[in-house]
Amino acid sequence: MTVDARAQLCLVSFNEAWGSAWQPAPPARFRIAEAKSSFWGLAEGALGARMTRVATTHASASAEPTRRDFLFIATGAAGAVGLAATIWPFVSQMAPDAATIAAGAPVDFDLSHVAEGQIVKLFWRGKLIFVRHRTADEIKSAQNTDVASLRDPEADAARVKPGKDQWLVVYGNCTHLGCVPLGNEGAFHGWQCPCHGSVFDTSGRIRQGPAPINLPVPPYAFTSDKAIRIG
Amino acid sequence: MSGHSTYVPKSAVGKWFESRLPIMGLIHSSFVVFPNPRNLNYFWTFGGILAFMLVAQIITGVVLAMHYTAHADMAFNSVELIMRDVNYGWMLRYLHANGASMFFIAVYVHIFRGLYYGSYKAPREILWILGVIIFLLMMATAFMGYVLPWGQMSFWGATVITNLFSAIPGVGEVIVSYLWGGYSVSNPTLNRFFSLHYLLPFMIAGVVALHIWALHVPGSNNPTGIEKKTDKDVLPFHPYFTVKDAFALSCFLMVYVWFAFYIPNFLGHADNYIEANAAVTPSHIVPEWYFLPFYAILRAIPDKLLGVLAMFGSIAIMVVVPWLDSSKIRSGNYRPVFQIFFWLFAINAVILGWLGSKPPEGWYVIASRISTVYYFAYYILVLPLLGLFETPKSMPASIADSVLGKGGSGSAMASGAASSPSTKG
Repeated sequence: MTVDARAQLCLVSFNEAWGSAWQPAPPARFRIAEAKSSFWGLAEGALGARMTRVATTHASASAEPTRRDFLFIATGAAGAVGLAATIWPFVSQMAPDAATIAAGAPVDFDLSHVAEGQIVKLFWRGKLIFVRHRTADEIKSAQNTDVASLRDPEADAARVKPGKDQWLVVYGNCTHLGCVPLGNEGAFHGWQCPCHGSVFDTSGRIRQGPAPINLPVPPYAFTSDKAIRIG
Repeated sequence: MSGHSTYVPKSAVGKWFESRLPIMGLIHSSFVVFPNPRNLNYFWTFGGILAFMLVAQIITGVVLAMHYTAHADMAFNSVELIMRDVNYGWMLRYLHANGASMFFIAVYVHIFRGLYYGSYKAPREILWILGVIIFLLMMATAFMGYVLPWGQMSFWGATVITNLFSAIPGVGEVIVSYLWGGYSVSNPTLNRFFSLHYLLPFMIAGVVALHIWALHVPGSNNPTGIEKKTDKDVLPFHPYFTVKDAFALSCFLMVYVWFAFYIPNFLGHADNYIEANAAVTPSHIVPEWYFLPFYAILRAIPDKLLGVLAMFGSIAIMVVVPWLDSSKIRSGNYRPVFQIFFWLFAINAVILGWLGSKPPEGWYVIASRISTVYYFAYYILVLPLLGLFETPKSMPASIADSVLGKGGSGSAMASGAASSPSTKG
């Protein structure tokens, strides 16, 4: 197979692939000769050669595609796919690794040692969790709040397990920027964040300050009357 | 960087080398014969001071990295071992930690000098934007460096700053866990911060090279804001500005080492000598002093997303300053009304910094809001409108005229000495 024949074959398949968006290919010999002269001419740096190149580019843009156009698009497409495939591992490696995920196994916690009014901190998946043994007053104030008036409306009943009103289990990082709020502080005697002043009530709901949402409730279940499993 | 070099190597080796790599000619044209405006004041020495500080931070930092262990269980102890066991480890660490503060003092003087004398105006817009990029890289580098000792302030600073990205709607939480490499700030976070803290200074060095390149196209601005026109307006970089820069640097270094040797923890926080504890946030957490104005803007706005946007916006807005300022007059020296707004802006920035160090309650919050409004109003209202209404003072015809006292803001210099300084010893 000669060079010209190969070029023509190449162009034929190229034109098939792109359909009518491209003009049918006229004689390939002329264009290839032109492309060669401009390529080598450019290396010589002669002004005339540069002008040939401009003419070639112009011709290919307005009229029929050349083999170089095909190579340009094919290489560009392969390069774009290759670049994406290369970037992905570099992004993906930033995610929590297998060991960190494996360390997220459920943790059991015995509630019998938590006195009424006490807040206990524990960790699950590296995240801080508050377990609060609420007093009758704290439960009452949480339940008597007008839900519609809250920034993140949520009834207290939706944040505790049925029949376990005295146990509040919530994530211990402020939903603003992640500081640990101080227990029994603030206007609602729930928590107050020392960093930016967010105030939470005894149900862990946001009441004042910049935090956008309530302290989330982690997935947990009672395994017995006095024990929970988080995760 | 300033056109064709006039450098002629004297030795045969020099000629041989120069014909193969003309780097000595580049240095000669950029830092020896480069024509600077003759009227540069000491505010123009901070570029050189900053270049020195970057090198000082890289040298002390590379050496500290030889003794530091980037692991959540060992980092805090390894820093204490640097302080106690490594020969002169205390000195290297205090120079590095205080060096960061000095770096920011110098960059703030440098930025305010640019704002006052209109150094951001055409044809220096790209130069200015490159400076904003350097400032951003500096902030990222300083933040990650402060995390490395893994004290309480390190840990909670890292938590708060990375959580800023959780404000992005939808994907925020995923982005934050990708930044952490876990579900909270933890060992993977410390490791990647160490890697990036080592990398970013070299990126800064790269952008600094572009910054100097862009500077050497039009050359330095000057207190009059008038471009250099004739040879009478300029003096060669060496010896006139090398000695001026060196003198200013010496004074600056005295302050720097005074901090490092006599009050090394003055700018730090005692809480950072307590090892990181994910269960307890210190009762009063604040960032390093150089972030306080931006921190105050973050806290001034009672909405998470808007607060974060305002904080990043307060830096991003500097990129468009060249196009916000409508005044044709470059230097603030000839803009009487601008001077009032400018100094209010400068004082306001200091007040914002002070407010950022205060707890987010009571009248501090209200004051932060007023200051935040003025911060943005200066860029969005004052700079665009002032140029339309203000009547500038009369200006000298040239830099030389301003120095020789022919109109404009004259000079007390003896005209003989000033007119031909290159003939004096």
